[in-house]
Amino acid sequence: MPFPAPNPDINGTMTEKLQTAVGIRDVFLRGERSALDIAEEHLAAIKRIEPSVDAFLTLCEDGALERAKELDEKRRRGERLGLLAGVPVAVKDNICTRGVRTTCGSKILGNFVPPYDAHVVQRLLAEDAVIIGKTNMDEFAMGSSTENSGFKVTRNPWDPTRIPGGSSGGSAAAVAAGMVPLALGSDTGGSIRQPGAFCGVIGVKPTYGRVSRYGLVAFGSSLDQIGPLARTAEDAALLLDVIAARDERDSTCARHEPEDYVAATRAPNLEGARFGVPEEFYVEGGLSAEVCDALEAARRVFESMGVEFVDVSLPHSRIDVEGGALSSYAVGTYYVLCTAEASSNLARYDGVKYGYRSDDHDSMIDMYSKTRGQGFGEEVKRRIMLGAYALSSGYYEAYFLKAARVRRLIKEDFDRAFEEVDLIFCPATPTPAFKIGEKTDDPLEMYLSDIFTISANLAGIGAASVPCGFSPEGLPIGLQLMAPHWQDGRLLRAAAAYQGQTDWRLKKAKG
Amino acid sequence: MPISPDEVEHVAQLARLELTDQEKRKFAGQLDAILTYMEKLNELDTSGVEPMLHGVEGRQPARPDSAGPSLPRDEALRNAPESQNGFFRVPPIID
Repeated sequence: MPFPAPNPDINGTMTEKLQTAVGIRDVFLRGERSALDIAEEHLAAIKRIEPSVDAFLTLCEDGALERAKELDEKRRRGERLGLLAGVPVAVKDNICTRGVRTTCGSKILGNFVPPYDAHVVQRLLAEDAVIIGKTNMDEFAMGSSTENSGFKVTRNPWDPTRIPGGSSGGSAAAVAAGMVPLALGSDTGGSIRQPGAFCGVIGVKPTYGRVSRYGLVAFGSSLDQIGPLARTAEDAALLLDVIAARDERDSTCARHEPEDYVAATRAPNLEGARFGVPEEFYVEGGLSAEVCDALEAARRVFESMGVEFVDVSLPHSRIDVEGGALSSYAVGTYYVLCTAEASSNLARYDGVKYGYRSDDHDSMIDMYSKTRGQGFGEEVKRRIMLGAYALSSGYYEAYFLKAARVRRLIKEDFDRAFEEVDLIFCPATPTPAFKIGEKTDDPLEMYLSDIFTISANLAGIGAASVPCGFSPEGLPIGLQLMAPHWQDGRLLRAAAAYQGQTDWRLKKAKG
Repeated sequence: MPISPDEVEHVAQLARLELTDQEKRKFAGQLDAILTYMEKLNELDTSGVEPMLHGVEGRQPARPDSAGPSLPRDEALRNAPESQNGFFRVPPIID
């Protein structure tokens, strides 16, 4: 059976020479290249490509070069080097980096320089990675296109008239354009997987609690999770191996040890595996033809490796098409819960301890209101308003508690499905990347671009998007895999097996 | 039920958000549309279903209650818009 052949007309270049994180580390460890040389090469690539993509909010040029020299020294002394030795990594700008501005894409944190590192940043440094910069994002991770950034719009490296997805759009675009082999993102309702799919890179949202959220600026605390973006499953697994460590500073962080994710990618035998296809996701008018075709082709690849596909039912994640518009209980549930959590999490931005303060005020309360009114962007204000409404007296039961009950029904659907199957196989997004400006006037329309990713956050399970082809216009398409709680290794094993049979990963956006 | 400009004003006040008149008008319409969408959840019978409030449920043990290192005062104050004598400085609270 022929596997999907690369389309020579797409707006990209085929290259065998793409550097993976594993490859970069190994040439450094073998002494074939210095860390300084590697860092300089990546910084040069960023200078060349960044003007047409705008993926970064802050570049750590001096810090990266300094650190690379230290790593060269460390290697010369014969000291033990870490899993990411010499590997340049980009970090989403809602993850705190000591001494490096961390804005969360918001003017209200425009001058914030954290006095501490997030747990995941401590892990990167402990494993000898080189942090190359902080990436653009929708303000406070609220958005699906990175257009809600308070600073700039990032463009999709495959087509500069289109969005990279969001909210981790800067991280996805930086990896897709070849500026870095690895980036960290965060995913509250699809913010790693959706931009991963739109930019043609792997994006993994681990099981809730697998990665410490210490130092991640909080948005929806019961939904947020940090995860990797990479071009290969092995690279994504490597970064997850580094960041999935116990941390008592996040009380929701898992106490049990993580599995070895790179090892999972090196045993990519899927013979006899069962993948579930949620019938409720495939409704007439719910999915564009190109996504449908790419998913069908990917299914045949998995079948050729011995995977059995069976129908499963996720009734409370059902997608309906009403009057030409998509709708789903999961989207409604998500936007009640995440806005409620956001409205309380964002209460801390009051102009007192850090960040922006309005200087035009006549009292304490007036200072709070003006600081927040001027410092937050429109989508953040809209979500704070929604959340405050859903939590306000008289509406708490009708909106917040109702949604929290439906959340349990959504999770129980997954529990039942995973009694029958090892993984769930479904689309990552309804369409490929949309145009810049296309959905900015209609918040609801924008929310619906996450219709396939939201359920995994509500259920707390791990999920990944994996590039599986291109539209006729040359835009990347992603499939999504979802795993039972704590079975994130299955996602990476299946992604590695699929990549071993296809060559989508070898394509690189022109940038 | 349609959301009135008064309600928008009330919620904005609860959230300590000063909104422009234009934002108030825009949000009233948009919040209305989004809340109507959320009312779709009422199609579902959730009687007897416990609310799910955490990403993964189960025991969340507290750490031992012991003192450890914390941020030095000058570092904690470094990002403050205004500070004085080792404190955060804010506008007068009492006239």
